Amino acid sequence: MALQLYKIATVEVGSAGASSIAFTSIPSGYTDLKLVVSGRADGAFDWHQLYLELNGSTSISVRMLQGSGSAAASYNNSVGECGPIIGGSTATANTFGSAELYFPNYSSASNKSISVDGVSETNGTTIYQILSAGLYSSSSAISQITVKPKDASAVYRNFVQYSTATLYGIL
Amino acid sequence: MPFIETLFNTAQQHFTASSNRKGKTMTTAPTAIEVNCETGLVTERPLTAEEIAQREADAAAFAAAKAEEEAAAQAAAAAKASAEAKLAALGLTADEIAALSK
Repeated sequence: MALQLYKIATVEVGSAGASSIAFTSIPSGYTDLKLVVSGRADGAFDWHQLYLELNGSTSISVRMLQGSGSAAASYNNSVGECGPIIGGSTATANTFGSAELYFPNYSSASNKSISVDGVSETNGTTIYQILSAGLYSSSSAISQITVKPKDASAVYRNFVQYSTATLYGIL
Repeated sequence: MPFIETLFNTAQQHFTASSNRKGKTMTTAPTAIEVNCETGLVTERPLTAEEIAQREADAAAFAAAKAEEEAAAQAAAAAKASAEAKLAALGLTADEIAALSK
């Protein structure tokens, strides 16, 4: 059977902004999930880190490969920090970072792997593109996904208006 | 596949609803958006006092850690400068002092 992609839900942030976007009660009837985020946050930086929570937990190990346009680096963390893939208020006006987060076998009883492919955006000399690999060690199906932006000083910020997040189910 | 169709229709209804929110006047307090994927219900709620406190605590913890790092770096730089001054007082040249740290 050919790959089938279904849009489960989408969120567009309104004028008040949003500190987080959460998809709850995610049905378990798909094979994989894909979350597509187009985001810009209100901190005075070119970029923000995207933080991930699964089922309310931030205990997610992430290995990150990052390119800035002039240098490459790699990082790791265990708090769901997925990479500098959300724009900020000093980035070129009306530009948004973008990211795809993929959750294969999200409802299995085994630990879940996560892959993230994203880029922040601005008209400048330094901006980041990342590939991240994550591990959520839990036997529970993923039924809730939350994303939050943090700035370069690790302070939680808000998604600005017109940021979007769309969750797809894949069969 | 009715189950999927239902979900898809719900998502479409939600998409329309969320699109219609553009320009709506809302409070300026930090807001969390939650969408229930089974019902399509979107909830925009202000952060709880606990959540706001946690955000502030996180920011304070980061600021404290940063300040600690900077203080340690300043102390290390001061100790290095003091050591170099003492070596110079003993008669070592600048090149000889620099050679010690290579």
